[in-house]
Amino acid sequence: MILSILSSPALVSGLMVARAKNPVHSVLFPILVFRDTSSLLLLLGLDFSAMIFPVVHIGAIAVSFLFVVMMFHIQIAEIHEEVLRYLPVSGIIGLIFWWEMFFILDNETIPLLPTQRNTTSLRYTVYAVKVRSWTNLETLGNLLYTYYSVWFLVPSTIFKALSWGVSLLK
Amino acid sequence: MIIYTTEVEDINSFYTLESLKEVYGIIWMLVPILTLVLGITIGVLVIVWLEREISAGIQQRIGPEYAGPLGILQALADGTKLLFKENILPSRGNTRLFSIGPAIAVISILLSFSVIPFSSRLILADLNIGIFLWIAISSIAPVGLLMSGYGSNNKYSFLGGLRAAAQSISYEIPLTLCVLSISLLSNSSSTVDIVEAQSKYGFWGWNLWRQPIGFIVFLISSLAECERLPFDLPEAEEELVAGYQTEYSGIKFGLFYVASYLNLLLSSLFVTVLYLGGWNISIPYVFAPELFEINKINGIIGTTIGIFITLAKTYLFLFISIATRWTLPRLRMDQLLNLGWKFLLPISLGNLLLTTSFQLLSL
Repeated sequence: MILSILSSPALVSGLMVARAKNPVHSVLFPILVFRDTSSLLLLLGLDFSAMIFPVVHIGAIAVSFLFVVMMFHIQIAEIHEEVLRYLPVSGIIGLIFWWEMFFILDNETIPLLPTQRNTTSLRYTVYAVKVRSWTNLETLGNLLYTYYSVWFLVPSTIFKALSWGVSLLK
Repeated sequence: MIIYTTEVEDINSFYTLESLKEVYGIIWMLVPILTLVLGITIGVLVIVWLEREISAGIQQRIGPEYAGPLGILQALADGTKLLFKENILPSRGNTRLFSIGPAIAVISILLSFSVIPFSSRLILADLNIGIFLWIAISSIAPVGLLMSGYGSNNKYSFLGGLRAAAQSISYEIPLTLCVLSISLLSNSSSTVDIVEAQSKYGFWGWNLWRQPIGFIVFLISSLAECERLPFDLPEAEEELVAGYQTEYSGIKFGLFYVASYLNLLLSSLFVTVLYLGGWNISIPYVFAPELFEINKINGIIGTTIGIFITLAKTYLFLFISIATRWTLPRLRMDQLLNLGWKFLLPISLGNLLLTTSFQLLSL
């Protein structure tokens, strides 16, 4: 139940991003999307990623978008905008996207259509967790700094160059 | 034919008043939350009174003395006055954003109170990522400030809102890096673990001695996050006519006012938890909490002592920040942002590197 309470506002807010007339509203709706996605991640048990979402997406990305949108004097869109003239091309693109989603998502683990499901899923208990359970951060670090250290170091040098450039620009 | 037995069970349980237990369960869950909110509200009243008394002492005058004995009820009187004022909405401003803005600023601060340990078993939510919750939720506050500034239909409020948001996001990063260094020291992001890691040697086990640079950076960054002097340009009366709070009146302005003091209380509590050893009696070699665990009554006394110790240590930082407000002049916006990005950020990064290298050397 709580999954639907959290995911339906996310979908509706995502739709409202495109439908809102005031551009400031259409940058504020992604904030709701990020908040709901963060709570969905919490439901999955990924607490660290769920906390990264507000910091990065709401606190940095949405705020940057808000700065831009609020400072430029963007006219509020007309009420009678004749949206239907976009329907042929956008309808085809939408159908292609929908078909792609079905193609990717419809397999045994994530069934989309409520066909006869074999509900005897394997459940096994990991007893190592009860002895010493790793936090999300520990599991991330265990992989990120050892096996995937190159993946970590290259973006960090890019980030370093960018941040020095931005802060030294007067 | 499938008989839906769940409905029958519901009727039976309602009939025998078993559903009352569930209601009790929900109410029992709400009791700690309401207690915490009550405590925080009283804390804010106390801080307002403290601020006025300390500022009066610094300025060599007498503070409030008419509302209640020693002026204790002055904050309540101010709140009541604001409650009775007219709630003005700008006619061509964005009314919804205008109304929601202060609420978002307060919500983000109030939610972070749930991870602060007031004593050894008094924490609302002992999360694995405890301290990181504060960092994450305090990133939502600039959105509220932007919404308030934009919805006021006033260029100067808007500028004030932009500046306040820029200030908030600039000082978030040194704050996060300092908190990160602390989690490195304690091998955990849980606030309870951080306090317990400082409990070994009493006074000398404080993170203050292990992270002196981090402490100073944290002090400055949290003062900037609270938008208190010397960082309160967004709400300065002389420069920007109260900035993003210009068009607010009545209880919405009261909400901003309370949000500022809530943030101050939150930052002080976090300083206590992160750097000053939390609820531990910090006299070396006095292991008082263990002495108090013998039976139930002693446990309650031990917990109460923990609360008092936390509050006493919090008062230290409160006093420092209130005295700083009434001593130092205000920083200009470009000086403020320079300080955040070009001074505190490299220093906190260096602090993190130092901490990491010391942790690597000792392992």
